[in-house]
Amino acid sequence: MTEAAREDLKPVNPATLKVSDEIAIEIARMNKWFGQFHVLRDINLTVNRGERIVVCGPSGSGKSTLIRCINRLEEHQKGLIKVDGIELTSDLKNIDKIRSEVGMVFQHFNLFPHLTILENCTLAPIWVRKTPKKEAEEVAMHFLRKVKIPEQAAKYPGQLSGGQQQRVAIARSLCMKPKIMLFDEPTSALDPEMIKEVLDTMIELAQEGMTMICVTHEMGFAQAVANRVIFMDKGQIVEQNEPREFFNNPKSERTKLFLSQILGH
Amino acid sequence: MVDTTFVRTQMIEPEQAPGASVGAVRWARENLFSNWLNSVLTLLSLFAVYWLIAHIGPWFRHAVWNAGSLQECRSIIQATWGEGATGACFAVIRERWKQYLFGFYPADLYWRPTLTFFLMLAALAPLLFSGLPRRTMWFSVAFPGVAYWLLWGGSIFVPLGIYAGFVIAYVVHGAISARRPGPLASVAAVVALLIWWLYLVGPVAGVLSGTGIGTLTPVQSNQFGGFTLSLVIGVTGIAFSLPLGVLLALGRRSDMFFVKTICVGFIEFIRGVPLITLLLVASFLLNIFLPPGTNFDIILRVIIMVTLFSAAYMAETIRGGLAALPRGQYEAADALGLDYWKSMRLIIMPQALKISIPGIVNNFIGLFKDTTLVAIIALLDPLGLTTAIRADSNWNGIIWELYGFVALIFFLFCYSMSQYSQYLERKLQTGH
Repeated sequence: MTEAAREDLKPVNPATLKVSDEIAIEIARMNKWFGQFHVLRDINLTVNRGERIVVCGPSGSGKSTLIRCINRLEEHQKGLIKVDGIELTSDLKNIDKIRSEVGMVFQHFNLFPHLTILENCTLAPIWVRKTPKKEAEEVAMHFLRKVKIPEQAAKYPGQLSGGQQQRVAIARSLCMKPKIMLFDEPTSALDPEMIKEVLDTMIELAQEGMTMICVTHEMGFAQAVANRVIFMDKGQIVEQNEPREFFNNPKSERTKLFLSQILGH
Repeated sequence: MVDTTFVRTQMIEPEQAPGASVGAVRWARENLFSNWLNSVLTLLSLFAVYWLIAHIGPWFRHAVWNAGSLQECRSIIQATWGEGATGACFAVIRERWKQYLFGFYPADLYWRPTLTFFLMLAALAPLLFSGLPRRTMWFSVAFPGVAYWLLWGGSIFVPLGIYAGFVIAYVVHGAISARRPGPLASVAAVVALLIWWLYLVGPVAGVLSGTGIGTLTPVQSNQFGGFTLSLVIGVTGIAFSLPLGVLLALGRRSDMFFVKTICVGFIEFIRGVPLITLLLVASFLLNIFLPPGTNFDIILRVIIMVTLFSAAYMAETIRGGLAALPRGQYEAADALGLDYWKSMRLIIMPQALKISIPGIVNNFIGLFKDTTLVAIIALLDPLGLTTAIRADSNWNGIIWELYGFVALIFFLFCYSMSQYSQYLERKLQTGH
């Protein structure tokens, strides 16, 4: 983590961003196992529309698995997950419906290397939403301008830097006009110089009221935009609080230890 | 005191590489004469090349193109180049090249396979090169029917009727899915297609061909031979083994138990059996299992066996490509809401096939060369013809010229496939 990147972030007052009472995601008594390994234990979490939630915790604590359960890249075995009012079951139609409403940004970008940047962005709108090609391209260019790389539209992902690729990945998700965005350690694979450009994009998105769940160790980002920080360990939610309290006055010993480790150097 | 503080005030602009690092002399010095061992090896290789040319050269220089038999060839060579001289007797190629190309296809109908060949090139062009307008793809779709009609002759209503099956299936699918969406429409479409093909095409085409419109002189399968036969089997096998291989590869990675078991069983069984065995089954055994009186065309039987054989290998090649893709690609496609078939078609397969291009072309080339195995079941492919020609008392004893000619033609086809695959790999390169 770079101090520089944190201090440069545009100042936002998280309190000014409004959160609606409407529920976007509801997770109740959710459990998941990998074989015999109990990776998520009794997770209860409700996310309202417009909330920005940061999930942190040591590696192996189940934070990535948790958000991957929300669009069913991982299947949960017990409990309930409702996204946008639809319950996730093995019904493929519901899964595809939810996936098209929930955008996801991955640690390793996962752009499609055989398609240009523009094609990466228009593919899902054209094939899933049945948007006409021309319109999809206009929308794609709009979001590429928003992430500040419209001039790269005709290039292939392999020709872009990591930071640019991650911004394309965000634009690609946005092109589907998602109601919820999931970020799985979006800056962990980036050089320090590029972290800021990606975080700036995410902050801008937060300001527009996007519902976001973000797994990250960028505590500066958490302080800047999150209205809730969740700390996970050993597959459980150990502590959740609003950022100021969470960082200044952590309750559990485990949280204190974790914070001292990541903020200590 | 050492001053370690250093601050650059000016950045250095990139300069051109020194001129001496290019040029033929430098290349030769670096690659051929870089040290004494390399120099010795270079000289030895040059000598070997000279020796080969010195010995093979005269054989070509003494070649005879006009003669009626091997004896005549030999006496001409002796007369021109002196006692004991040897030379090629290409007269045999001159006399038999038509047979090599067309087998025992009726001579007055040679234009039909020839036309088919050039139409094939036209049909392949839009598939092989992306620059052509998409509309030309229609001809590629129509080509198999046209080719069948031209090669085997008969009524044009037979291939037309087979194509009509697809239209009927499409209409049935549309009509049913409009009322009741779901898998029922697909099932009904397949059933309609099968009923049409198995029971209705024959009579309908029979009635229509009575009008005499679009009827060509029929040619029997046993009249096919030479490179026409190799190409018919090879091209059809290649065209069908790739899609079948893709389906088998996907099936083998499927979560569905029965689909997976069937695909694994098929692949392992076919790979475990020599192609010759399959061809012998196609030639002798299949008739025993079929109802008496059915005449299941021998070339069709061979094509089916060759396709199945090649598809099993193809499936494994493509599975390699699928396995090489990072999991993130599957996840990104899923996360965008693409369903299984769309994500396979748009995201996974284009990349997996690109990775597998060398292996796929390997299979294609192997399949094309394996078409010579049909000589074993008495089809007159180029090698079968060579045996027949050598049995002719006029050309008894001739070997190099015939096999050399066959090898040359095969080399041309296989080398073009190889070159095309390298062009494709370069074209699909999207990295830096």
